[in-house]
Parts: sequence; C-alpha cells; structure tokens
Amino acid sequence: MSFRGNARALRIAALALLAAAAAGPAPAEEALTVASWGGSYARACAKGYHAPFTAETGIEVRLDDYNGGLAQVRAQVETGNVYWDVIDLEIADAIRGCDEGLLEPVDDLELPAAPDGTPAEEDFYPDTQTECGVGTLFYSTIYAYHPESFSGEKPATLADFFDLEKFPGRRGMRRVPYVNLEFALIADGVPLDQVYATLDTPEGVDRAFRKLDTLKSQIVWWEAGAQPPQMLADREVVMSTAYNGRIFNAQILENQPFVIVWDGQVLDIGQLGIVAGSPNLEAARRFVTFATRTESMLGVARHIAYGPARRSGTPLVSTHQETGVDMRPHMPTTPEHLSRSLQNDWEWWSDNADEMNERFSAWLAR
Amino acid sequence: MSQRLAPESVPLPRTGRWRSAGLALPLLLFIGAAFLAPLASMLTRSVYDPRVADALPQTLERLGEWDGSGLPGEAVYEAAAREILSARGERTLGQVASSVNRIRSGLRSVLTRSGRKLRGAPDGPKRDFLIGLDPAWGEAETWHAIRSAGERVTFRHYLNALDLDRRPGGQVVRQPEERRIYLPLLWRTLVVSLGITGLCLLLGYPIAYLMANSPPRRANWLLLLVLVPFWTSLLVRTTSWIVLLQTQGVVNDLGVALGLLAEDGRIAMIYNMTGTFVAMTHVLLPFMVLPLYSVMRGIPPVHMSAAASLGASPLRAWRRVYWPQTLPGVGAGSLLVFILAIGYYITPALVGGRTGQLISNMIAYHMQTSLNWGLAAALGGVLLVCVTALYLLYDRLVGIERMRLG
Amino acid sequence: MSSPRSPAERVGRWLFLAFCAAVFVFLVAPILVIVPLSFNAEPYFTFTEGMLRFDSEAYSLRWYRDIFADEKWTRALANSLVIGVSATLLATSLGTLAALGLANSAMPGRRFAMGLLISPMVTPVIISAAGMFFFYSNLGLAQTHLGLILAHAALGTPFVVITVTATLSGFDANLMRAAASLGAGPLRSFRRVQLPLIAPGVFSGALFAFATSFDEVVVVLFLGGLEQRTIPRQMWAGIREQISPTILAVATFLIAFALLLLFTVAWLRRRSGQTPTAA
Repeated sequence: MSFRGNARALRIAALALLAAAAAGPAPAEEALTVASWGGSYARACAKGYHAPFTAETGIEVRLDDYNGGLAQVRAQVETGNVYWDVIDLEIADAIRGCDEGLLEPVDDLELPAAPDGTPAEEDFYPDTQTECGVGTLFYSTIYAYHPESFSGEKPATLADFFDLEKFPGRRGMRRVPYVNLEFALIADGVPLDQVYATLDTPEGVDRAFRKLDTLKSQIVWWEAGAQPPQMLADREVVMSTAYNGRIFNAQILENQPFVIVWDGQVLDIGQLGIVAGSPNLEAARRFVTFATRTESMLGVARHIAYGPARRSGTPLVSTHQETGVDMRPHMPTTPEHLSRSLQNDWEWWSDNADEMNERFSAWLAR
Repeated sequence: MSQRLAPESVPLPRTGRWRSAGLALPLLLFIGAAFLAPLASMLTRSVYDPRVADALPQTLERLGEWDGSGLPGEAVYEAAAREILSARGERTLGQVASSVNRIRSGLRSVLTRSGRKLRGAPDGPKRDFLIGLDPAWGEAETWHAIRSAGERVTFRHYLNALDLDRRPGGQVVRQPEERRIYLPLLWRTLVVSLGITGLCLLLGYPIAYLMANSPPRRANWLLLLVLVPFWTSLLVRTTSWIVLLQTQGVVNDLGVALGLLAEDGRIAMIYNMTGTFVAMTHVLLPFMVLPLYSVMRGIPPVHMSAAASLGASPLRAWRRVYWPQTLPGVGAGSLLVFILAIGYYITPALVGGRTGQLISNMIAYHMQTSLNWGLAAALGGVLLVCVTALYLLYDRLVGIERMRLG
Repeated sequence: MSSPRSPAERVGRWLFLAFCAAVFVFLVAPILVIVPLSFNAEPYFTFTEGMLRFDSEAYSLRWYRDIFADEKWTRALANSLVIGVSATLLATSLGTLAALGLANSAMPGRRFAMGLLISPMVTPVIISAAGMFFFYSNLGLAQTHLGLILAHAALGTPFVVITVTATLSGFDANLMRAAASLGAGPLRSFRRVQLPLIAPGVFSGALFAFATSFDEVVVVLFLGGLEQRTIPRQMWAGIREQISPTILAVATFLIAFALLLLFTVAWLRRRSGQTPTAA
C-alpha cells in the first residue's frame, strides 16, 4: 500500500470536507422553519397552504416535527437559539406561551377578509383568536378501533374504551394529561357540561386519575399523532385515542378498516404562533396571515378531515384531493358528530397545565 | 552496563518524556474544551441558577428583611409588582415563574397571570391589589418559594434528586411517599444493570470458552459472529427487537404458528422492562465476550486435561482450575457492561415503554420536556459519581490502558 | 478439546454446544431478520403469508425506492457523511498524536492523562449531551455542523487512542533509534518508519471513530437542528413516530455497511499481525 499517496489524498479530502462542513448547506434565499405535528397532518398543511405560500412569496417553508407542548420553544428562547419561526400549537399552549414571553403577539395582524368580503373579525368562529395565536382549524381527539379485534359486539361509547371486561386488550393513549382526564371523567359518567366543573375540584381530579388507574396496566402511550394508526394497523393495541384526521387518512389512503367512535369527542382549535425572537419575523407574520385565508384552510381540508376556523370556509368544504371522498361527513364539526362532544376548555388548561403535567408524570412513574 | 539491558528498558532522555507529554497535549486540550468543559458547565448548573435573582433583585433584597412569619410588608409587594412587570417586558417572567413553580407547584400561573394583569394596574398600594388578583399572594408559602428560588447557589436540586425536601425552617426531610421518584429509579437502574450484567456473563462465558478452545480458523469465524452486532448500528438493533418482540411480531407469530400461544394470548414483550432487558443484553453482550475470550485464550488447555487426568470430574476441574483463572476477564467484562448499562438511554427510550425506563431517561425528560435543567444536571451529577467510581475501580482492577476493542 | 469419554459427558457436551449455538443465534438472528422484511410488499413489520410461500408478488423494492425518492434520507446521508468524516479526521489526527506520546511509559502524568482521554467513552452519553447542550449553546455552536463535528470528535478519540496505543505496544522502539542513528530527523523517521508500521492501527481507530459518529443519535438530538439531521436521527424519528418499512430498508443498508467495516478492521488487524483481542 502506498501510504504516502493515500495520505496526500486524505489530506485533500480532509480540507475539502472541513471547508464544506464550515460552510454548511448553502442557505436558501429566504426560508422559514415551521414546527408542526408531522405525518399526514404536516403533509396536508404543506400541500394545502405552504406550497401556495412559497409560490406567491418565494419564501421557502421548511418543516420540523414536534409533538406539542412548549418545552422545545422554551429551550430555544432560553438558550437564545431560536431556529423555529412559526409553530402550529394547541390553544392552551398559545396562551401559556404568550404569558411566558415565548411567543410574539400576533393580535395586531391584519387578517384577510372572507372571499365574499366579510371582515375577518366577523368571519372567524368565536374564541378562535388569542393574543399570540391565530386559529386555523377545528380538530378533535376521538378513539378508534380495529374491527377485527372484536368478534362480537363493537365498542360504541367512551365508557366502552374504559371497559376492560367487555373489550379486553391494550389501548393507546397520548402521553399527556390533556384530554385523557376529560375522557376518564366522561367515561365515569360525568355529564358533558359538568366535566370542567368537576376537574376544577381536587376530588374531580382524583376521580379522573382513579379512572385512569383502572386502565393503566393496559395502556400503550403514544406521543406523535402518527403513532395511533400505526399501532392499530400493527394490532399492537385494540383501540387507541387519536386525532380524527389521522384515522381518516389511514382509512382512505391506506384502506385501513378502522372505525372512529365519536361519542365524547373533545373538540379543539389549532392555532399558529410565532416564536419570540424569530430571526425571520416579517416573513413569519406574512406566513401566518396567509394561513388564515379561507382558501388556505380549505386547502388543508382537501387533504385531512380538519374543519376551517372561519364561517366562510364551512360551506365550501369539498372532496378529498386524491380520492375524491366527500370530506363533510368526516369533519369533527359535522352536526351528527357534535351531539355528544366536548369543547376543550383552554382557559382551564392554561391555568392548570403545570399542575396536571406534574401530577401526570408522577402518576406515570409509579 | 546499559549494553546488557533489553533495548526498550533504556530510559529515554528527559526531553523525550516531555516531548511525549507535548504530543498528548493537543488532544488533552481538545478533550478539555470539547468534553470536560461541557461536563463542568452541567455540574455548575446543578448548583448555580441566577435567573430569579437577576430578574427580581429588589424584591429579594427586601424579602431578606422579612422574618418569615406572617406576610412581608408593602415594600416587598411594591418591588414585586414592578419587577414582575418588567420581567414580562424582558420576556424573562416565564423562566422566573418556572423556577418558582418548581418549589411550590401552582405558582407559575399565579406569576404569569399577575404579569398579564399588572399592565393596567391602578396606582396605589400593591399588596391588596395582588392579593385581589390571586389569593396565593396572601400566603407566606408563596414568598418562601420566591425567596428560595432567588438563591443563586443552591443544593436544592441535589436534595430533589435524592427525594429530599428542605422546609422553610431549613430542616431537610424526605419527600412524601408518592413523590419519591428518583431514588427508586436509581435503585431500579442499578438492579436492572446488575441483572443484565449477570445475564451477559451467563450467555457470554460459554461462547467465549468455546471460541478460546476452537482451532484458530473456526475461532475467527465465531469471533466475527460476536462482532457483527458490535458494529451494527444501535438503532438497527433496536429496530430488530421491535420487529421481533412486538405483539404482532415474529416471535409471537412463531409462537402462535407452533401452537405454543393462543391468538389472543400473545405476550407483551416490548415497551416494558422485558424489552429493555432483552435488547440491552443483546447490545452489551459483545462487551462481555471479548474480554473473557482474550483472557481464556491465554489459559493453556492442558490445565483442564491435567485436572481431568488426576480424576477430577469436568465440573470440579472447571470450578477449581479454570474458573479462578478467568476471573480477571469476568471482572473486566462485568465492570464494563455494568458501567455502560447504568448510563444507557437509547434502548430503554425506544423499547422500554413506561415501566422499562432508567435514570438516563429521567435526565432526558427533565432536559427536554419539563425543562428543569437544574434537576437534570443534579441527576446527571449523581449518575456521574456512580460511573466515575466504577471507572476508577476498573482502572484499579483492570487498568484503563489494557482496554482493547474488538 | 479432549474428546468426551462417558455418555454423560457426551450429553453434557451436546448440551453445551446447543447452548452456545442458541447464544450465537441470539446475537445474529435479530439483525438478519430485518433483511427479508425490508423487501415486504406490504407496509407491515411482520412476514406475510405470501412471503413465507416465497411468492414473488409479496416481495418488492418499494421501500428502497422510498429512500432514494425522499429528500429527508438523502440529506441525512449527506449530513452523516460530512459530520462523520470531519469528526473522524479530527479525532484520528489528535488521537494518533496523543497515542504516540502515551506509548512512552515515562510520560509524566501518563495514567491520569489516559484516564481523562478515555473518559468520553464510558461517560453516559446523556450526560455528555446535556453538558454539550448548555456549553455549546453559549458558544453559538448549537444547531451548527461544526458543533456536532467537535462533539463527535470528542466522543470518537478514545477509540483512536486505544487502538493506536495497542498497535504501538507491539512497535519496536529500536527502529526509531536506528532511524535516528542514520541521521533521520524525528519528523522524517516518524513519517518513513513509524507511521507505515502503525498505519493499520490508525486506520482501524479511524473506522471506530467514524462508526461512533455515524451511529450517534443522542448528541444530535440535543445539539442538532433541522439542518443537521443525520441518518440515526432520522431513524430515531422513524422508530418513535412513523414506523414504516423504509426504516428496515435503511437498516439493511446499515447492516451491509457494518459488515464492510467489520471485515476491513479484521483485515487491517491481520496485516498488522495483531490478533483480535479485547479486555
């Protein structure tokens, strides 16, 4: 082996690589990093309004995945390494992030009017806007099951999810207290309009955790929205809580026979916020404004079963882009799905999230 | 006389000694800057946190004069109201609220909500105004919490990591039963690591023996089989275990196909402690086999046959003659496996589910999710002490310089 | 091994061999099981009936096409290579230099220095990653390729130090003395005499360092941003979030790569006349 020749070649390669490493990938003209929920939802947003945004403004949109919560935003802001510009988040987190100075205020944005000219303030459904977040869509947390897991009677109510005798087998649940506490209370017989009043008392919280205790040994915890359909398909669990849109996409795109149980669904609003100290503040504000156009919301609704946050969008919901399936019966806001639903009380959660998270992780560790 | 000595024992001149130190210096500096300095910065964080002290200087100064019983005076409330508002403006209120909340749960929202509502506050006494905003401002515990969060240097995180708590009076007590998490977890980590070490020894000893007593060609092939997992990406191996052990995985399928398991009697072997145990044993087994093999190869097989020819049963010969000679390998392998096991993170995180988590996963949780960095650093400090002690023991018994890699 | 005499011993020996065979299966089979599954035509992690019947319809290359079609994976590969090769060059040059010094048993503070230099290998990686997250963030090195290169180089140096010191322990110092007596300067005698002889050790050290970086995920999780996603980081996301057989296809590639590294190191070792050992 001629080592000297190799050594020279190595040295040249070394220099070239170090130069490449120091330079990093060439930065694009202008780019935004958007943190979203990954999987089919992120793909729906990318097709629904990221691509049109890039086409209109020339600003590239890069997607990063996360699983909710403010931890990563807080870590970025506190260490001064802000690399997310826009974040797709739960409304309770938008309020808490605002209070903690983690998000930029966006209540001064001039939001676009509806296609028929109705001003934005009138067009948005009530309670969809907060100081640091603009609402874009309705989604819901439901539970779904794989029909082949049960030979006889199928689960139909939220109480069935907690009924291990009638429906034995492991269940998937999201690894957060959010929504699980509500599900536990509803399954335990608390009337829908009493859920948050009950949670507001220490006994009510105890009751929710006691109900979760009965399932604890059979729960497989998920973190990413893409996991429940996968766990159901792999038969790792017999049923799982999930976001309705993810189950819908598995049903129509992958022909999975999953069945959604709408009983006791918890309805939520998805918001967009801007991370405090975003290096691309102006572009981020343009992006958020663009996302609140009725057409943007409808774009998302052509790829995943999440309903627009504007009145003008609701009647315009049409079909699934790739399969032509009518989207309206799959939306969480469809009247028949709303009959037994709970609107998430984001105010309660923004005040109690810390305490509940702490209690939940102590409960998990035991 | 030097002519008679073996050449390598000729001492090199003094300049040679220092030249060799000079050769090692660049790497020492690099490791110092790129590796040891980060460790030091983590340990600093476990005892030093100036954020609250920097954000609420006057409040804390005035709180220093408070006797700790009853409520502090209006001066404290006035300073607190002013500094909470300015912390909100400077976006540091969130950090302050998090720190205070860790001492007394529930205070994060009190602080952030007060920050939101103080913006349009009327002039005049702040005490009644704040208590009106939230009754927590009328409780002495709130001020105790702010006072302890304001300590720049604190051992609070270490107390916390050891499931202890300090009362406002200064006495240290154990946490209530349901909040003792970390010591049981540390204990579990040590027990699981010990179990994995034992299992590795049980599985590794026979194959090392087989390899050491095979003809060289076959031994080399067997060695390659041991080294394949050693070189294969950890994530690949973890993926394999998911594929094998999940409920609809290969092992369960095989069990059902062979009629050993009923279709609805599939066993949960992953996302629990079993998953962690099996996958970690697989990952760490080569670290046991290699030292054992290298020691066993040095033991002449005649020892065993000599014992046998003296009439000892194979088991007896093994116990009396062979086993004692392999103890250095057993020690080296076990220590190495144990050291690597107690700090393991990736495998338990991916296949451990809820019950298969180890202390490293808790550190990651506090680093990434709860963002209680002081506590994460303190837990890291505790783990680091354990590992360093074992490392020194390893150096003592085996010698770091004798460490070899497959 | 002496041939067993009594029937009991023969049974015992068969049991022993069966046990060893089982352990070898435990070591290797889990890795091999991935390979056929990566050709599954269905998006599942288990063998379908068609696969068991060797029905050619049940096999497909779709997951391999997915890898090359997906920019995420190609970019991850590029990141892994840039970071891995740079970290390896840094670790190998500093590590070889240090090993040359450490090979001299008269070096002052040798044992202590050795202890420090090997410590990145035994320190739990979660602790290293946490420390680096704090420290590198303050220096502005978080979310940069440079930060990851430095971090991975630090984690890789112990392997270089160990392998090169091991090679040097078999090196005859008289050769250097002879070169010196023939008038060669220290640098020249290093390049012409010592380096060629220890080159196999340096190369296998470099391969270890590269494998360390190429397989590292925890530091990348803490220190890397969207632009620094590496192959293991992408696999981590895949295992935790979107399990699809694409991961199995990537894993198959990585297994082939591991075999390549393994045989290279074994070959290098034979060249340097070292027998494979570990302690």
